Amino acid sequence: MKAFATLLDRLVLTPSRNGKLTLLVDYFRTTPDPDRGYGLAALAGALDLKSVKPALLRELVLEQMDPILFQYSYDYVGDLAETISLVWDGRAKERIDDDHQPRLSEVVRRMNSLGRTEVRGAVRDLLDHLDPSGRFAFLKLATGSLRIGVSARLAKQALADMSGPGDTKRDIIEIETLWHGLTPPYEPLFAWLEGRAEKPVLATPAIFHSVMLANPVETGDLEKLDPADYAAEWKWDGIRVQMSSYGGTRKLYSRSGDDITGAFPDVVEAINFEGVIDGELLVGGTKRTNAPTRTFSDLQQRLNRKTVTPKIMDEYPAFVRAYDFLFQGDADIRADGFLTRRDRLLEVIEKAPHDRFDLSELVPFTDWVELERLRIDPPDPVIEGVMIKRKDSPYQAGRLKGPWFKWKREPYNIDAVMLYAQRGHGKRSSYYSDFTFGVWTRTEEGDQLVPVGKAYFGFTDAELEVLDKFVRDNTIDRFGPVRAVKATPDFGFVLEVAFEGIARSTRHKSGVAMRFPRIARLRQDKLPRDADRLETLTAMIEMKEGPP
Amino acid sequence: MKPEALLHPTPAGLFCPIGNFYVDPVRPVGHALITHGHSDHARAGHGSVLATRQTLDIMRIRYGEDFTGSEQAAGWGEEIVIDGVKVMFKPAGHVLGSAQILIEKDGLRIVVSGDYKRGVDPTCAPFEPIPCDVFITEATFGLPVFHHPDPKTEIEKLFTSLEQFPERSHLVGAYALGKAQRVIRLIRDGGYSEPIYIHGALARLCDYYQSQGIELGDIRPATIEKSKPAEFAGAVVVGPPSAFQDRWARRFNEPLISFASGWMMVRQRAKQGGVELPLVVSDHCDWPELLMTIEEIAPQQVWVTHGREEALVRWCELKGIPARPLHLVGYEDEGD
Repeated sequence: MKAFATLLDRLVLTPSRNGKLTLLVDYFRTTPDPDRGYGLAALAGALDLKSVKPALLRELVLEQMDPILFQYSYDYVGDLAETISLVWDGRAKERIDDDHQPRLSEVVRRMNSLGRTEVRGAVRDLLDHLDPSGRFAFLKLATGSLRIGVSARLAKQALADMSGPGDTKRDIIEIETLWHGLTPPYEPLFAWLEGRAEKPVLATPAIFHSVMLANPVETGDLEKLDPADYAAEWKWDGIRVQMSSYGGTRKLYSRSGDDITGAFPDVVEAINFEGVIDGELLVGGTKRTNAPTRTFSDLQQRLNRKTVTPKIMDEYPAFVRAYDFLFQGDADIRADGFLTRRDRLLEVIEKAPHDRFDLSELVPFTDWVELERLRIDPPDPVIEGVMIKRKDSPYQAGRLKGPWFKWKREPYNIDAVMLYAQRGHGKRSSYYSDFTFGVWTRTEEGDQLVPVGKAYFGFTDAELEVLDKFVRDNTIDRFGPVRAVKATPDFGFVLEVAFEGIARSTRHKSGVAMRFPRIARLRQDKLPRDADRLETLTAMIEMKEGPP
Repeated sequence: MKPEALLHPTPAGLFCPIGNFYVDPVRPVGHALITHGHSDHARAGHGSVLATRQTLDIMRIRYGEDFTGSEQAAGWGEEIVIDGVKVMFKPAGHVLGSAQILIEKDGLRIVVSGDYKRGVDPTCAPFEPIPCDVFITEATFGLPVFHHPDPKTEIEKLFTSLEQFPERSHLVGAYALGKAQRVIRLIRDGGYSEPIYIHGALARLCDYYQSQGIELGDIRPATIEKSKPAEFAGAVVVGPPSAFQDRWARRFNEPLISFASGWMMVRQRAKQGGVELPLVVSDHCDWPELLMTIEEIAPQQVWVTHGREEALVRWCELKGIPARPLHLVGYEDEGD
């Protein structure tokens, strides 16, 4: 438990991706089986551990301490698991040295073998025998709220990084392909990564296959290509998914390989084919039901849920707009050309339930100019651009340059005013590099700037120097790590902000939320009075979603 | 005599009307007794100061020659009589020169502990329990959540991180008086013999510690010798935490921010401060040490000066020990 607890402590406070990878690789290299496998499962969200209710933890801690002292402590720390890990008086018992703490694998096995009446005693005993950081890790695992900013994909990247060098170097794509066929504590996987064993053979083929990705179209890319070699499709504003179905096992994966089956029973239960299909998950009606495809903000009502209620499914019905076919039954057809695969896909989708599946249509075009016209003025507001795919391209995992392109609609742009700045992390810890920006809105006290978003990239290092200097020279207030900067109609810093999408939001005071905002340009040539107004943003939403 | 007649809180600090002196006053007064050199306890501008030799030296380093009208050095355990009130300085184990002050009149004994700790610290004399009627304690870490781990294992975390991130400059935040020197000493005792780079704000105090026989090894100014970030790859740099948010920190290579403080016990505190590597090293008592000290001294009454008074008073009540919070203002509990 010690190694895993130390890893959690460090990961929570390490903001950079590379820093996290270093810590993960170090953990996987130095921690023995089967502990590292359970650690991996916990990080990747694949650990099945008997859960403990916060109410039970509270009872246990109050058995041994005054409720008022506990309340003072909880008020100060603010997190139940952390409070208990700190106030638990393990020190009164024998001093726990690092080598005699229960191992992570022991903790997992013990918890999972308990009967219902044994949980209380076992949790108390484990808390007694772990040090504070081990108690914290255990409580986070047992209450199912790890939240440490590590995705399953990052954990898999660390696995790829720990392998090798040379012949035993493994690619993350191979690991992702294996992933859903393996179970904790992954001993055959580690043996293979360390070059001690052959690649694990999977019992079930209903697994995730790494997806083929497209490159954005850049200046000059298309001129070199013959339009006759390529097919085009609309790029819908949903999320990329993979449906995998074999012998009664039906799964839905996100593009990074996270299993999202539980959140979309409406789609999964409608699967009546065998094989692996690639497509866009959307909300609304399919082409074949003649109901409109709905916006990304409607789709968001269905995302990041473990389970879903019938009411939500009814209000936000999900479907898949299929565009590629990787396996037909258990036949691997990835080496076939795109149009060949698509013909096969057509037959399968024809026979699939019409309200849950349709086929992504091809957009006919003769030259790039015509396609550009279509891209700029698409027939549906939920289209965010076009996909361009070589007609004979095989399905190859990863992002190869050449076979597939995405050509997105131009981003939105507004001029906003810098309101607050916060220091960055790591390399940027001495720079104010996270900026909250606002636009004008009419209030009872006249025009005021209301915050509409936050951006922390898009600028060059030289521009960051300029931004940082402005913040330091024009701070008017401080709130912890945040500085408020001067912003009046005639003095302030105007930022041109680019973003990919915009939606209504009840969470933000301004009522709007942007997707992927970034600082496109510094507009030192403009005064804050020239910046955009909130009405401009709400008009963008109405264009897309209709009136509220 | 009631204890309050011998010593009671006033807006300027704890006041002894019979001896006409204050202890650690927060504003300029005629006669001041100072427990230790931290700036919230030792301020400039008093008419006269009675403190240990080392505390006086530290005040001179920090405030200049004219930090007080006149000064008097108190030896450890030396009995000094002020208008019929006996006072005596005993080690508090907090920082170099830090003292508890015993104030005694007609058999009534009050001990002002100042800031103190019970853990081992090679950079100052260890705390000595003094039997007394009223024990006045701090409560900076007076909550059951605070259990300071062994500082040796905390410093091991720094060494582990240096191995994991050999390219990054490790910036260890530590307050200039006491903590910085203790951390450097802990790093040395852990077997690290590379040069340690220090911020300018630490230089004179580090020199003073060395002159008092506390070995800190090869310490160099971080400002002069090297100019390119790459030259600081893998270096250990010690400085006041505030400097790390400043442009000063840009000279270092992919700085990894560490902070040596008792506050690092709470993850959210570390996170808010942008600290990647918290080291729980404190110069104050943790909760068990506060309780242990009160039980060991077994005073008639406990007065709690600053910090989380309510929790420590609550514990005393549960134990049947009369206790009251003094609500003294002006002592920052951040300084650890």
